[in-house]
Amino acid sequence: MKDSLYLAWRYLVYHRIKTAILITSITLIVFLPVGLRVLVSQSADQLTTRAQATPLIVGAKGSPLELVLNSLYFESDVPALMKYSEVARIDMTRLAQAIPLYVRFRARGHPIVGTTIDYFEFRGLEVVQGTNLTMLGDCVLGARVAEALGVEPGGAVISSPESVFDIAGVYPLKMRVAGILGFSDSPDDHAVFVDIKTAWIIEGAGHGHQDLSRSEAVGSVLSRDSATIVANAAVVQYNEITPDNIDSFHFHGDLGDNNLTAIIAVPSDQRSEALLRGRYESADDMSQVVPPVTVMDELLDTILTVQSYVIVAVVVVGLSTLATATLVFILSLKLRQREIQTMIRIGGSRASIGWIVVSEIVVVLSTSVVLALGLTFITSRFGSAAIRALIL
Amino acid sequence: MGVELIRISNLEFRYSEGEFCLEIPSLTIERGTTAAVIGPSGCGKTTLLNLMAGVTKPMAGQVLTNAVEVTALSDAERRNFRIRNIGLVFQEFELLEYLTVLDNILLPYRINASMELDKAVRDRAVELANQVDIGDKLNRHATKLSQGEKQRVAVCRALLPDPVLLLADEPTGNLDPNNKGRVLDILLDYAARTGATLVTVTHDYDLIGRFGRVIDFRDFHSVPSGSGERATSRIAGNPGRRDNGETGQR
Repeated sequence: MKDSLYLAWRYLVYHRIKTAILITSITLIVFLPVGLRVLVSQSADQLTTRAQATPLIVGAKGSPLELVLNSLYFESDVPALMKYSEVARIDMTRLAQAIPLYVRFRARGHPIVGTTIDYFEFRGLEVVQGTNLTMLGDCVLGARVAEALGVEPGGAVISSPESVFDIAGVYPLKMRVAGILGFSDSPDDHAVFVDIKTAWIIEGAGHGHQDLSRSEAVGSVLSRDSATIVANAAVVQYNEITPDNIDSFHFHGDLGDNNLTAIIAVPSDQRSEALLRGRYESADDMSQVVPPVTVMDELLDTILTVQSYVIVAVVVVGLSTLATATLVFILSLKLRQREIQTMIRIGGSRASIGWIVVSEIVVVLSTSVVLALGLTFITSRFGSAAIRALIL
Repeated sequence: MGVELIRISNLEFRYSEGEFCLEIPSLTIERGTTAAVIGPSGCGKTTLLNLMAGVTKPMAGQVLTNAVEVTALSDAERRNFRIRNIGLVFQEFELLEYLTVLDNILLPYRINASMELDKAVRDRAVELANQVDIGDKLNRHATKLSQGEKQRVAVCRALLPDPVLLLADEPTGNLDPNNKGRVLDILLDYAARTGATLVTVTHDYDLIGRFGRVIDFRDFHSVPSGSGERATSRIAGNPGRRDNGETGQR
């Protein structure tokens, strides 16, 4: 038995290219359906868990899927925008707590989430280094962001312009890192959190500039009367909020007119949830309220349907690959007739020679299965993050 | 008269296809004999070796090798008998390309559970390889060797179990003159040292003078196939030693 295994091993090592092709083929046909199932089931769990932890999302009318994906995973395209005044509308109903979200801008590839302190409490996020948001212009980093950027509290992160070709558009804002969140194994790990007002400043809805009433700003003044001062393009705008210039930051117009991408509504009970949903049923309403679980279930149904088609295809391909592999073994045995005859003529027992062939098959199959299990393990560790990045 | 190692009586063999038939009423080969089997192609020389080795079974008759009636053994018993008592050397060497020189020599100990591969066997394999000057190539694959070296590996493989009978089927057929002499030296030397019997099929008439006995199929009744008559190689009685002076003693 040991000797048969040894001879089989020598044969497989000598014909290493043929062996590698066989092992690769069998590994893939074992791994693909299993790996796909693991991947989809894990991704489904992750997507569903976060959706289940988020009772209702309120947003402008448009694609519910885009709204949910943007609000829960911060990854999809920016949904239709809504006004901040919607927060006050929900507050006034006293049916739910309203947590605003403005997920539109990015900092070095990571989504900037404009929100309030309530969000951290709602998601159970804790600052493990530094402090929470204390001042306009502060940001708190998700654990993975801090790791990827190598930034610590006291450091800075700069927002990215939406478009490099839009010279009149959003200017980068240098944000002070106030703190870093602990790992939560969720999309929050990959986000940069700022106060909602900081997000509006990034958008350009609020800004800070030199005091035009002071004598050194005279070159930046276009016209001046007793009530208004009109600045020209030379006025110095601040791209960083510091204790020295924070007082100069201001918003023009009503804060309620500023933009949001969504509001997380947390009803106090089922009755409140039903009532709140009823308030948004009107066809004239510019906003919609969606339960994320329903939207994600629909998405998962689609994914599972696709998955079952893919598995059927993989099984068919797998069977034909197995048939080919069997053919390769049979042809290889035919080619090895002379070698087998030599062993029999020398005095080799049929059992020993049979064991050599069986050992070759067992080594190839077991190596393939071990590799497939290894790939499945890797998929279970890292696959769901990869697939989430792909899907979203 | 020495002790017989092989006794064949009333043997008849034919292949399932074709008209070839080999009949041997009686043939004995004594222990320690070195015999060359010669004759035209297709007359049954290799078949005779296969019958002596128990690789093939006759339709009728008996083959006694080393006092064992080989023809009465089952397939498995014949293989076990062969691997312990008979060393086979082939014209085409029949080495396994995926094994090293050492593994090829050790092959008989890896393909039959009745053979135990221990340190003593390994040491003996190395010793044999050193004796035939391939000791420095033990870890090389057989494909990397010259023809002469390959046949020396095949001879080591045949000698490793210390066989009482060496059957060589044209062992020098694919070798240059230097290697022919070298390989034959090794086989004859082994037979002389151990008292083993050597039966060699050969077409090389220059070498037969080195054997103690010649079994010449041309002395027997033989009809070429296609003549309409049954093609038969018939060894009548015991041809014994040739007295025509062609046969020389070592």
